[in-house]
Amino acid sequence: MATQELEKLFHDNIDAEIKIEPRDWMPDSYRKTNIRQISQHAHSEIVGMLPEGNWITRAPSLKRKAILIAKVQDEAGHGLYLYSAAETLGISRDQLIHELHSGKAKYSSIFNYPTLTWADMGAIGWLVDGAAIINQVMLCRTSYGPYARAMVRICKEESFHQRQGFQILYELSKGTDAQKAMCQDAINRWWWPSLMMFGPKDADSPHSAQSIKWKIKRKTNDELRQNFVDMIAEQVKVLGMILPDPDLKWNEARKHYDFGEINWDEFWRVVKGDGPCNRQRLQARINAHNEGAWVRAAAKAYAKKRQQEEVVA
Amino acid sequence: MTSKHSSYKEPLIQYLVFLADTNLILSQRNSEWCGHGPVLEQDIAITNITLDLLGQARLLYQYAAELINKENPSANETEDTLAYHRLEREYKNLLLTELPKGDWAVTILRQFLYSVYQQLLYTELLNGKDKHLAAIAEKSLKETHYHVKWSSEWVLRLGDGTPESHARMENALLSLWMYTDEMFIAAAYEDKSITGIAVTELKKEWLTRVSAILQEATLAVPSDDLFMQTGGKTGVHTEHMGYILADLQYLQRTYPGANW
Repeated sequence: MATQELEKLFHDNIDAEIKIEPRDWMPDSYRKTNIRQISQHAHSEIVGMLPEGNWITRAPSLKRKAILIAKVQDEAGHGLYLYSAAETLGISRDQLIHELHSGKAKYSSIFNYPTLTWADMGAIGWLVDGAAIINQVMLCRTSYGPYARAMVRICKEESFHQRQGFQILYELSKGTDAQKAMCQDAINRWWWPSLMMFGPKDADSPHSAQSIKWKIKRKTNDELRQNFVDMIAEQVKVLGMILPDPDLKWNEARKHYDFGEINWDEFWRVVKGDGPCNRQRLQARINAHNEGAWVRAAAKAYAKKRQQEEVVA
Repeated sequence: MTSKHSSYKEPLIQYLVFLADTNLILSQRNSEWCGHGPVLEQDIAITNITLDLLGQARLLYQYAAELINKENPSANETEDTLAYHRLEREYKNLLLTELPKGDWAVTILRQFLYSVYQQLLYTELLNGKDKHLAAIAEKSLKETHYHVKWSSEWVLRLGDGTPESHARMENALLSLWMYTDEMFIAAAYEDKSITGIAVTELKKEWLTRVSAILQEATLAVPSDDLFMQTGGKTGVHTEHMGYILADLQYLQRTYPGANW
């Protein structure tokens, strides 16, 4: 088939909501966009283990400890599905990890903020995972088959993550004055970075239009952000806490909450590497990889020896 | 030097706390790998073991708390008061479990040495004197069998992998072996008349199983005249223990009486 016909078939499939599968022909730029997005997503899961991992040894009860460990472990599992989904597009996990470590590939900037108190475990679950879910529910219907299927599995676990985060904050909000203060402080610190998770405004988002045309994305950054604000503005009432935005107000005409302007200077500064923990997060990943090199080499050497024995036998 | 927890002299309670502490502290150490494992699949595997050990510790603490409260209804013990409110000298975990996680060789070897012991011990507990403890042992063993399998496979890979991995396993053996005898020296609360188990007699089978894997991994079994360190079972710990508790108990100590 000529490229033109293949391209037509590809677009017909997209229009007819038929998933694009690894062996199907696809435009090079569609492949690249998916690799970029899926790997960025995978890296976010893996780097995202670090801020929460920071509190595992200090979790305040055995039950909370068990839930937190299980949650961070789920993130490792999500990273694994997503690396596998990216690999179906013809790139190896080693290459993907190399791109993360070299700084070429990005991960979600939210994980460049520090986790300073136990309440941050709650705020991450509620706000960060809450924002992620809004994005991921949309991605369950993304046009690339392996990515969509990975997202269906991931979404099931993410809703548990959000609930456990809310539960942590709920407990704090009903607790001592010190716990209430800890809860409000965490919300204050995580609210704006969570809004930034949806990316630049539509007008400043270079990839958005094409991604929507290809049905990789189904909603724009601003639409998703609005959904998130509407959801959280209601949930925060249950906690009896406030969101740190004086401009947050229900707009009856729009049937949405209005909210204040994001600090875009901070957004771009953190994306470009100058958030509070950018260097530490990347260094932690690089260290784990380098310190594990001898382990991976040993496993490989051992497997090779066993293989040779089998051949001889 | 003591809290109210030192007043629980009942041997079964002390024994349960010993079993629980050992699993909790090993879980605490293993949890340090979460997010830092040598490869993603193994990060997940060690975290599974971390969760298993934590779950076992919880069952044991819960049972201990139930017995304490039955004896003394105003005690109000829970799994958390036992795990978080005791002093360093009141923890009874094996010294082996509190040592730093080290490199992957140390973590693997420690898990292997402990899991083989746990498998033998908990198998005996199935027929021990206490039915509730037998039920906990039965549930735990399903997990322990996997821990033995997983850690044995890694001992083989590392021992018989590359010269570097072999050397690291030799170092790990050198640093851990001296803490193994403690498993088989019965504390007062571990006496056969109380538990129904002669822990000393488990050593021979443990050594047989451990030696078989070490030999297959081309590693020399350390000589039996090595001096053996003890103390954990009676609360005389290594210098590492205080730091573990500083982390573990931080929030409970900073905000007394808070619910989480």
